[in-house]
Amino acid sequence: MVQVEQGLRYSRTHEWARIEGDVATVGVTDYAQSELGDITYLELPQPGTQVKQGEPMGVIESVKAASDIYSPVSGEVIEANQGVVDAPEKVNQSPYGEAWLVKIRLSDPSEVENLMDATAYEQFLAEEAAAR
Amino acid sequence: MTELKRTPLAERHQQLGARMIEFAGWYMPVQYKGIIVEHQTVRTIAGLFDLGHMGQVEVGGPDALEFLQYVSPNDVARLRPGEAQYSMLLYPNGGVVDDILIYNRPAGDGYFVVVNAANTEKDVAWLNEQRTQRSDLKVDVIDVSDRTGMLAIQGPQAEAILQRLTRADLSEVEYFHAIETDVAGVPAMVARTGYTGEDGFELYFPIEHAVALWDRLLEAGTPDGMLPIGLGARDTLRLEACLPLYGNELSAEITPLEAGLSWVVKFDKGDFIGREALLRQRSEGIPRKLVGFKMVERGGVPRSHCEVQVDGKTVGFVTSGTSSPTLRENIGLALVAREYAGVGRPLDIVIRGRPVRAEQVKTPFYKRAR
Repeated sequence: MVQVEQGLRYSRTHEWARIEGDVATVGVTDYAQSELGDITYLELPQPGTQVKQGEPMGVIESVKAASDIYSPVSGEVIEANQGVVDAPEKVNQSPYGEAWLVKIRLSDPSEVENLMDATAYEQFLAEEAAAR
Repeated sequence: MTELKRTPLAERHQQLGARMIEFAGWYMPVQYKGIIVEHQTVRTIAGLFDLGHMGQVEVGGPDALEFLQYVSPNDVARLRPGEAQYSMLLYPNGGVVDDILIYNRPAGDGYFVVVNAANTEKDVAWLNEQRTQRSDLKVDVIDVSDRTGMLAIQGPQAEAILQRLTRADLSEVEYFHAIETDVAGVPAMVARTGYTGEDGFELYFPIEHAVALWDRLLEAGTPDGMLPIGLGARDTLRLEACLPLYGNELSAEITPLEAGLSWVVKFDKGDFIGREALLRQRSEGIPRKLVGFKMVERGGVPRSHCEVQVDGKTVGFVTSGTSSPTLRENIGLALVAREYAGVGRPLDIVIRGRPVRAEQVKTPFYKRAR
C-alpha cells in the first residue's frame, strides 16, 4: 500500500511539505515514487532560487518516464539535498525521510491552506484510483 | 477509450502485482517488482515474459518460399526446417513495414512469421495485398495470432529451468533454431531466440495452454530466483543489446541500411520489394546512420524524439534512450546525418530545451559473455 504520512501537507501534483516555522521541507510522495518506478535522475533548484506555489521547480526521471516537480509553496530555496541528487534511488526507498528534496523559506505562509492534509490526500488518491 | 485486448495472462499479471499499461492496443504489464531488478534478474538468472500481444502469421502453400523471398529482403532459401531468420517487410521505397522473425517450421510444413503487436493487422493486410498482386503464386497467408500463445524465458539459467519441463535435449538446440516438443505436457515450438541480449527461448503453443504453461514455468524457475518481466525491462534489455524496436529505430521513413541492418538485405538473392530503392540508396550514399551514444554531461535521460545537435545545428534525432541498468549510465541510439557519425565524436542531445553533451560509443552497449 502507498504510504501517506500524518502531519505533512500535500499537493494535487503529489509533493509533500513539512512546515516548521517559516520553513517548508519538500519532497515527493510515496505515491509519486511508486508511479514513476526506479528513479534515476533529479534536477533541483539551487539555494537562492525563488519558487512559486504550483509551478515547476525541478525534474524527476525514472527509467521509463520524466516528470516535473512542482513547488508546493512559494518562497526562496535555502537548501537542496545533494545526497539525493547523487543517489536518486533514495526517493524510492525513503520518500518522506532521507529523500527530502529542498527546504524553502515561505514568502506567504497563508498558502499552506491551499494544500491538503493527510486525510484529504488519502481521499484524493482514492478518488484518482477510482477514476482510472 | 476503446477496449484493450488482453492476453490470457492478464489476470495472472494483476495477481502478481504488476503495473498494467496500454501497449499497442493491449493491456500489458510494464513492471512487477521494478524495471531495474527485473532487468538485472534477466542478466544474471532468468526472466519469464508474456508475449501474447505479438502477432503470428502462417505462410504456406506450394509457393510460400517464392512469396516470402519477394516480400522480405533476407534470403529465405537459406532457411532450413527448424531454423529462424530475422527479416523485414519493406515498402517499395525501402522503408520498413515491420521487422519480423521467419521460422521454417521444424516439420518442414510451412513458414511461421512473428510480427510486432502494433503491426499485426497492417502486416496481414500488406501480405494479402502482395498475394493479390502475385496471383501467379499459390500461397496461403493466415493470421493465427488469436490461437497462438507466446512466452519467452530469457537469461543464463533459462535453459536449465526450461529443461526441467521437457524431455527434449535443449543443449542440442542451437541459436536461432527451433524444435517441436512437449513442455509441461503442452505441444510447443521451442526456439532459441529472444529480444534481450541473453541466451533463452521463445515458446509458441496453442493459446488455451497459456495460463498452465506460465504457471509451470514460473513454478520451475522461482527457486532459482527467476522473475516475471514486464515491458519496461524488455525495452531496457533490448536497448542495451541494440536490438531495434519498430517505431523507434525502424519505420516507414527509415531504411534498414540507415538503421545499420544491411546484413538483413541480400541484394544478390533475386528481386524483392524495396530492392531497387535500397540499391539506389546504397550507390548514392546512405544519408543517415544509426549511432550509439552515452551522456557525458549531467542533464537527464535521453528519450526517443529528442533532437540531436552538433555546434547548435540539428543533425538528427534520438530513436531510443534510457538509463541503462547494467552500465549505470544514460545511453541511447540516434539517427544522425552520416558526416557526424563516428565513435568518440560528440553529439548534443537536447533534453528539456537544453543541449546536453554526449559521446558516440561502440555498439552494442551490452554483449553477454559466451
